[in-house]
Amino acid sequence: MTETFDFALVNWSRGLFALTAMYHWLFVPLTLGLAYIMAIMETIYVKTGDPHWKKTTKFWMTLFGINFAIGIATGLILEFEFGTNWSNYSWFVGDIFGAPLAIEGIFAFFIESTFIAVMYFGWNKVSKKFHLLSTWLVAFGASLSALWILVANAWMQDPVGMLFNPDTARNEMGNFWEVFLSPMAINKFLHTISSAYLLASVFVIGVSAWYLLKKREVLLAKRSILVAAVFGIITAGYTIVTGDGSASLVAKNQPMKFAAFEGLYHGKTGAGLVAVGVLSQTPEDPNYEDLKEFYFKIEIPNLLSYLAFRDFNAFVPGVRDLLEGNEEHGIMAATEKIKRGKIAINALAAYQHAKEAGDNEKAAEARRVLDENFQYFGYGYFDDPKELVPSIPITFYSFHLMVALGFYFFLLMIIFLWLLYKDRLEKAKTLLRIAIFSIPLAYIASQSGWITAEVGRQPWVIQDLLPTMVAVSHINATTVQVTFWLFAVLFTTLMIAEIRIMTKQIKLGPKDEGGK
Amino acid sequence: MFESLSHLALQQYWWMIISVLGAMLVFMLFVQGGQTMIKTLGKTKDEQRMILNSLGRKWELTFTTLVTFGGAFFASFPLFYSTSFGGAYYVWVTILFCFVIQAVSYEYRSKPNNFLGTRTFDAFLYINGALGTILLGTAVATFFSGSEFSVNLMNITNKFNAAISRWETPFYGLEALLNYRNVALGLSVFFLARILGTLYLMNNINDENIRKRGQKQVLYNTIPFLVVFLTFVIATLLSVGFAYDPQTKVVFMEPYKYLHNLIQMPIVAASLLAGVLLVLYGIIRTILQQFYKGIWYSGLGTFLTVFALFLIAGWNKTAFYPSTFDLQHSLTIENASSSKYTLTVMSYVSLAVPFVIAYIYYAWKAIDKKKIDASDLIDKDQHIY
Repeated sequence: MTETFDFALVNWSRGLFALTAMYHWLFVPLTLGLAYIMAIMETIYVKTGDPHWKKTTKFWMTLFGINFAIGIATGLILEFEFGTNWSNYSWFVGDIFGAPLAIEGIFAFFIESTFIAVMYFGWNKVSKKFHLLSTWLVAFGASLSALWILVANAWMQDPVGMLFNPDTARNEMGNFWEVFLSPMAINKFLHTISSAYLLASVFVIGVSAWYLLKKREVLLAKRSILVAAVFGIITAGYTIVTGDGSASLVAKNQPMKFAAFEGLYHGKTGAGLVAVGVLSQTPEDPNYEDLKEFYFKIEIPNLLSYLAFRDFNAFVPGVRDLLEGNEEHGIMAATEKIKRGKIAINALAAYQHAKEAGDNEKAAEARRVLDENFQYFGYGYFDDPKELVPSIPITFYSFHLMVALGFYFFLLMIIFLWLLYKDRLEKAKTLLRIAIFSIPLAYIASQSGWITAEVGRQPWVIQDLLPTMVAVSHINATTVQVTFWLFAVLFTTLMIAEIRIMTKQIKLGPKDEGGK
Repeated sequence: MFESLSHLALQQYWWMIISVLGAMLVFMLFVQGGQTMIKTLGKTKDEQRMILNSLGRKWELTFTTLVTFGGAFFASFPLFYSTSFGGAYYVWVTILFCFVIQAVSYEYRSKPNNFLGTRTFDAFLYINGALGTILLGTAVATFFSGSEFSVNLMNITNKFNAAISRWETPFYGLEALLNYRNVALGLSVFFLARILGTLYLMNNINDENIRKRGQKQVLYNTIPFLVVFLTFVIATLLSVGFAYDPQTKVVFMEPYKYLHNLIQMPIVAASLLAGVLLVLYGIIRTILQQFYKGIWYSGLGTFLTVFALFLIAGWNKTAFYPSTFDLQHSLTIENASSSKYTLTVMSYVSLAVPFVIAYIYYAWKAIDKKKIDASDLIDKDQHIY
């Protein structure tokens, strides 16, 4: 009998997680950024005492509340899916991964959920300053929760600060600070959070532009654009800088993912950065001999080498180098990694048998072999090196779309601020329309970022240590399939409700206020 | 500070933290219970909106407590997380579904153009309050009755058969509903949540009609609560429990194990007794007098009772997640826990819990100092659900 993986189970489990994470990430960025925009507006209200700023703040708070609720709903599922659908993962790395999730709950969620009640129900019940503090704490709490989940996610991409314990067959935390302060964690947090702030700025500018086109709520719209454009310029700049840092870290820690970003099949010294390109074919050609990487591309010479390794002439490995090895540049072939991975897995089994038999000498020898080869542990689950290649078209296009839109938003923010300064915004009708249509583009950029990060790292859940196919729970594929459709219908229904409520509230506009 | 503690002491400490969070969660389920009482206590639209506004200020805290309870379990006892969530799949997914539909309902129910209509969102709140509480109670009851699963850590070395934890029935947790003790605890949580919800609303809303109806409803829900709760407690204390030998780690069946745990841990027994008495005190005074502070007594009582029940499930050499498929696969606080290092780090994190409770108390006090009444519904500065 030939043993095989239940790929239907693996694929439905991946589909369910992707569905949940993508829906979650549809709503969360707006929550993260809008919270700060509201807090800035309320600060101006408290400083100036101008009731129109209160009206403006409360208008955006209404939209925030509608969006926040659905973000919470999708986030709950995400946390528990690690257990329900990825139970092997939960044990194999739960000793490290569980801690950020618990810290997120204790530190961040309670701040958010406590002070959001004050933010909505505390007007005229608590002092202005305490109310303002509550709004800032909601913003801070939301970003703090993003910090911890992104620390956890970064650890999956670059597992540091841990040791493998063969007695418990799992990875255990060895140094909390290495996990928390790893460059990947810091960069991932800063890049993701600043991109979320940018999305919120685009949203606020887009909605405000609609009011300007309709010649309604002109003061609210102009003030909102002022706050959002300043916030947006800063965060867009920061998104670009941290994006560069993020790509550089990926080049060092996840070279296959980096090659997929750029559709780079053949490694190069002084590699150019593809600004625009159309891939010619998928990497199905086993020897990559006839591969024409692109039908068409515009390349900036040597820039990829510089971005990856801060050296215009550095060698950037391609997919083929990573699969077949490249002695000149000290890259081990995938087949060798697979061989060493199998040695590590067998050594773990031998260690366990020796321990059960009470043979300490054999156990020590098995342990030595395991330690020597552990960094390739996950490769032992593969037979064919081709399985180590992520979907290059998906990764390439989502990466380039994200980058292009990031620069576009930076430009949009500058133009809006300039026209506002010159008091010519109301006449720039085409630009106002572009701003409205930029709202969906911001969501596309945000989702593309997620796809780049998560599809690009396949087939790994934990880089080099645990493949996705080994991490799944022992349940049948039909059960997961039913769950997938259940939540697909539910989330889609709730999203339709959210969009309809949100657009209606925008059409209704801000409410009259009940006093200063 | 925590570095000097043994691994076992840290495991016991973390089981206590889990017990605290579990007890907080059951107390906070007054929101869910209240959701099942909206139309019973509120007969007019205004009364129902006051109830919704009162519960709507608290639902996120219950939600957060649930998330933190899950996160803390993951961080401290990951083998439970992987075994139970990945095995009793249908039960946990249904519970999650119940909470997802709650999360949007308050905010969306009365908003124009809300797609599904107010009645649908109100039905979501009812489903969350009823099914969510019953299933949570049923799932926790398996700590005492056991489940059919197996655990083999070394499966990870078997490429095509790598699952460490496996559920050994095709019903993925739904079989728990066939055990009368599990269902009794599920129904206990349901009726207790309704009692607590009613007591909370009587305290938080200054409305004569709601308070009068509440008084009757506390009585009506207390009768079935006592029947199912006593059934669970008596059956559990008289049952054969799941013990383990701390030296050999062998799990074995011990008659009256949970009763023995109470006797051998008198402080826990005192907590259980004080908890039950406080729950009853809050209820009885509410029924007999014009007394609106019952939530504080019954709430504290609920906390102490559930805290004690969790402790007798996991402390004193007891397997907290027993396997009826193979006793030796049962989970104990020793074999299911995180490493000593992680528990130490997390113990420092746990020091923040009193601080968190303090600011929650302060914020609640600030917005609850004026009771909700009909004037809130016409105040333009108020956020109305």
